[in-house]
Amino acid sequence: MTDASTTFIVDEERQRTLWGDAARRFLRHRLAVAGFIVLSILVLACVFAPWVGQFDPNGIDLRLRNQPPSFAHWLGTDGTGRDIFARMLHGGRISLSVGIVAVTISASIGVVLGSIAGYFGGRVDLFIMALVDMVLTFPRLVIIIAFVAVVGPSILNTMLVIGLLSWPAVARLARGEILALRNQEFVQAARALGTSNRVIIIEHILPNIMGPIIVAITLDIATVILLEASLSFLGLGAQPPTASWGNMLRDARTLSILEGLPWLWIPPGVAIALAVLGINAVGDGLRDALDPRHVTDGGSE
Amino acid sequence: MLTYILRKILLGIPVLLGVTVVVFAIASAMPGDAVMAMITAEAPSSEELIAMRRGQLGLDQPIWVQYSTWLWQVLQGNLGRSFITGRPVADMIFERVPYTLELMGVALLVSFALGTALGVVSALRQYHTTDYVLTVAGFAGVAIPDFFLGMLLVYVFSLELRWLPSSGMGTAGDAFSLVDNLRHLVLPAAALALFRTAIFMRYARSSMLEVLTQDYMRTARAKGLSRITIVLRHGLRNALIPLVTVFGLTTPTLFGGSVVVETIFQWPGIGLLFINAVIDRDSPVIMGYVLITALIVMISNILTDLAYGALDPRVSYD
Amino acid sequence: MNPLRDISGEAEANRRPLLSVRNLTVEFVTDGGTVHAVNDVSFDLAEGEALGVVGESGSGKSVTMQALLGLLRQPPARITAGQALYRGRDLLTLTEAEKRLIRWQEIAMVFQDPMSSLNPVLTIGLQLTEALVAHKGLDAKAALEEARAVLELVGIANPMLRMRAYPHQFSGGQLQRIGIAMSLICRPSLLIADEPTTALDVTIQAQIVELVVRLQKQLGMAIIWISHDLALVAGMVDRVAVMYGGRLVEEAPVSRLFDAAAHPYTRALLRSIPALNVEGTRLLSIPGAPPNLLSPPIGCSFSPRCVFSTDRCLGHLPEPEELAVGHRAACFELGRLKAAPPPLVAAASSSAPPAQHTETLLRVSDLKVHFPIRKGLLRRQVGSVKAVDGVSFEVMEGETLALVGESGCGKSTTGRAVLGLLPTTAGRVNFRGTDYTDCGADLRRERTRQMQMVFQNPYASLNPRMTVGRIIGEGLRAQTTLSRHDQQKRILELLDLVGLPRRFIGRYPFELSGGQRQRIGIARAIAASPRFIVADEPISALDVSIQAQIVNLLEDLKQKLGLTYLFIGHDLSMIRHISDRVAVMYLGRIVEMGRTGEVFRNPLHPYTRALLSAVPHPTAASQDRTERIILKGSPPDPSNPPPGCRFHTRCSIAEDLCRTFEPDLEVDVERPSMRHAVACHFAS
Repeated sequence: MTDASTTFIVDEERQRTLWGDAARRFLRHRLAVAGFIVLSILVLACVFAPWVGQFDPNGIDLRLRNQPPSFAHWLGTDGTGRDIFARMLHGGRISLSVGIVAVTISASIGVVLGSIAGYFGGRVDLFIMALVDMVLTFPRLVIIIAFVAVVGPSILNTMLVIGLLSWPAVARLARGEILALRNQEFVQAARALGTSNRVIIIEHILPNIMGPIIVAITLDIATVILLEASLSFLGLGAQPPTASWGNMLRDARTLSILEGLPWLWIPPGVAIALAVLGINAVGDGLRDALDPRHVTDGGSE
Repeated sequence: MLTYILRKILLGIPVLLGVTVVVFAIASAMPGDAVMAMITAEAPSSEELIAMRRGQLGLDQPIWVQYSTWLWQVLQGNLGRSFITGRPVADMIFERVPYTLELMGVALLVSFALGTALGVVSALRQYHTTDYVLTVAGFAGVAIPDFFLGMLLVYVFSLELRWLPSSGMGTAGDAFSLVDNLRHLVLPAAALALFRTAIFMRYARSSMLEVLTQDYMRTARAKGLSRITIVLRHGLRNALIPLVTVFGLTTPTLFGGSVVVETIFQWPGIGLLFINAVIDRDSPVIMGYVLITALIVMISNILTDLAYGALDPRVSYD
Repeated sequence: MNPLRDISGEAEANRRPLLSVRNLTVEFVTDGGTVHAVNDVSFDLAEGEALGVVGESGSGKSVTMQALLGLLRQPPARITAGQALYRGRDLLTLTEAEKRLIRWQEIAMVFQDPMSSLNPVLTIGLQLTEALVAHKGLDAKAALEEARAVLELVGIANPMLRMRAYPHQFSGGQLQRIGIAMSLICRPSLLIADEPTTALDVTIQAQIVELVVRLQKQLGMAIIWISHDLALVAGMVDRVAVMYGGRLVEEAPVSRLFDAAAHPYTRALLRSIPALNVEGTRLLSIPGAPPNLLSPPIGCSFSPRCVFSTDRCLGHLPEPEELAVGHRAACFELGRLKAAPPPLVAAASSSAPPAQHTETLLRVSDLKVHFPIRKGLLRRQVGSVKAVDGVSFEVMEGETLALVGESGCGKSTTGRAVLGLLPTTAGRVNFRGTDYTDCGADLRRERTRQMQMVFQNPYASLNPRMTVGRIIGEGLRAQTTLSRHDQQKRILELLDLVGLPRRFIGRYPFELSGGQRQRIGIARAIAASPRFIVADEPISALDVSIQAQIVNLLEDLKQKLGLTYLFIGHDLSMIRHISDRVAVMYLGRIVEMGRTGEVFRNPLHPYTRALLSAVPHPTAASQDRTERIILKGSPPDPSNPPPGCRFHTRCSIAEDLCRTFEPDLEVDVERPSMRHAVACHFAS
């Protein structure tokens, strides 16, 4: 957070900066860097799916049913002749976008509510926390399925339902961070100096809770991808013919398909695992990089 | 101690009420008038009959009256009747709950024991190869979806190696035998356990690492105690405390996992019941399941709190 | 004194030293580089001898001792050179199994923070007996008996009952006694005490010191007492070793150290310790800061800060020279130093005669701050912690009033209530005629312009994600309407005022040291030109050599800017230097108040007397010490203060009157002009 008002004062002896330190810590984390690379490849491939995939994911060709992987079709074809690789990439778009949209919804709601509960305390806090406790009492997948049973399965509904039911965990985290911060001396100092509540929240509280929250949000994207995959696998998410990683696994329903056509279901499963792995690794790296404890190192003269 | 429990229950009541409100709201929104089905003996048939019945039962009253009528029934154990089988939902659930609990219980215990042990080992061997291998394995473990893992296990162990059965709880037609039951339990429990093992391992590792840096560990070493004594008596005892919280948080996720795993393995528990009900639009069964799982989670939360207090002498009970 | 010490030098020479450390060098491999924590340290310790190792944080004193017992985790630590001969065997080359046999049976340790060095989930009894069971194979019953005996030795009442309790159920002082008991259970020959009293209040510290001195004589064991407090250590040990920057710079018998210290660092240290009996002086601080051990100076580690240093000092390492029997120092300029004046505390050199303070700036009347205690099913209030329970005082314009007392006396709470950071339960706070008690928003704004606070912890009182410029400017932004340009100008001015380079304006707190951060905290407080500053223990978290710098800065600012201070602290010797008047607090009330010099010279309240006598005197070794008054017990629970005079439970002259009637704070009638007030029935 560079300060715009520090005009032209040259500091030659400066060795470390806030973000430089963080970047350095992240790059030292080998798993995180590896995860980042894997994830980038995956994301880019999915974003550019039409060009990378070549085939139409819904292009039926009954002559080429259930073909094993070959030069033409890198991962083979499914029961109606559609190219698996293309379906994987397009399915990836679905899974990733559900992850991002749902987490955006839940994080927005969660951070705001959690911050209000944490900072103002009192009855507002009790009320919001009661709400949080209530939603968290239901197993996440179970309540999501129940809601989907009401509103009907679709990609949009998946995004909305997951997003609107995932905010409590973020809220609880944000509240915990703020409670810890509220009694820090620099917040008391700000009050003593007459800084208004609004400015305290913006300048003192939010920048210092962002680290753990960013990490939590990143890891949550991975969890949401798994949730969406579970939903689609159960037939409650993306509906055919649209491909998503989850419902591609659904195609391998019988034991004979499971055994005989492994290219049908192994690739989407591996794709899910790689995406989640990559995101978790990056999240772990971010956790190290943004660790608030590192920001209190002592310096020297 | 008693006041503590009472207080927890007292504070839990608003949450419980909130839970019932949510369930009621969803039930009302569900197709097929789930609310009425939960309070009468008959499945709804024609529209006029439904309207008449509703009037008789007082269900054309304002919504909060409906809610209280419904709630009163639920508290008496009446969860309604299934649209499909006509049987009481409560019966359907309670006869299948033991199987799910068997599956969840085994998975939970195995994952906790294995995960904690591996996490502790990983922490003790920090910076060594063992730690790196286990950490990466842990990452992989939380990345593989339950259902994919289930499919992989079936592929490897049932189809290719033919060691273990691929579905059901017992071999069809045979009388119940424990060994047979356990053979069928292995794969579903393993599918359910892997994710949780990785989670426990990660938390156990970080908890143990935290404990290892504490001053009292240095005191224990300064006393010249043996390594095992230091790790077990001083280290583990402290590291386990935060893990109790994780243990409690895992219970809800087990329900979600059991839904998927029971589906793949056709394990006759309440998760499979739930999914079939969703497909068949059997609303009373759906809502009965949601309610029961929420209740079990609440009980597990209270038990976790108590266990935490029992382990940590610093927690005061007033 | 230890009977063994009376043996003549000849017999001592024949006897092999208990511990002989030679050229010990320890490094730490960290992310930022290699930290050279201990460099070429050598010393001896005889049987039954008491050695004090003195140094600031980062001097390497703790690391040296932990290396002896093999307590350093390697990695990241690395012992790169040296040997440590204990009764002829090198501790550093023993196998792990052999080390375990030495630990606790031969060499035991007492650690600094008793709350964290004891395992919170195990009973005291178990922690006391486990070493005994492990080493000597005693059965449970015998071990418990030993534990009981050792608990009685350290003065814990009801030992059999208390053994089943957990650490969090004891007070700090009691826990440290338990820590000491634990260390003695195997009757070791050498006890290493690593700053065991640093975390304790002054009066408790006196208790513990007295206990250890007594036990050492009784059991005839050798002791190494590590401390940053030279004055404290002086009263207990035979010899002192001074460490700086990982090196041993001087070693001498105690009296010689105070009378004829040779090394510039030791002398500077002695000078910067404020003495209790000199008034109105300016502290002589050591310029600069402790060395960065990632890249330690090539030559003498103290040379960058040393007034006497030459090029040779900066480039070459001095070897220890023997100056007299048992007195060594490592310095090139010893000859020049011999000619310099003796290193006793500085002579009076006050800058201005004590000003006449006439206008009352702050008047606090019967202030009470109570915190509710909630218990039971419905969290009803069952009582309250009476942190501040009826405090009245005035602060005149231009003076410094100090609030002193030990932890829990309510001094910090008072300061925060005056500033409005805590709600007042009763009483009034009046500033320049305006009543600010529980005021509305407008008055609150007015108050922030008039009074500000300097906080205690330099590591927690600055937002780690804000630049220095923005931190200092926060008050300007909140209280004034200056343009950005004018704010910038003022911030640069403030940096000059507090003695920091202007280029720090864009830096973050994590790049700066504790002393530098505290200067920023001060700059922030004075930014919008308040008239009144509450300084809440502003130097407690800083190194000794830095404390003097900050105290001097506060004094300078007071003169330059015409400020008035309410200075809250517990270090009586520092308070003596900085304050004009002092109020002593105990358990939420003021027990004595008056001009600083008068109160310190002539304390009337028994608590004040005990407090003053508990403060270590730097020149104690060479003079007769005034008798130390040891208070019994610990401060009572503030939620349930004793009836009558709150101090009566620990007072040596308490009588029935004291148990029933609480004395008021009254001006000493014999010399009313002194305005020396005391709350005691028997003050005379």
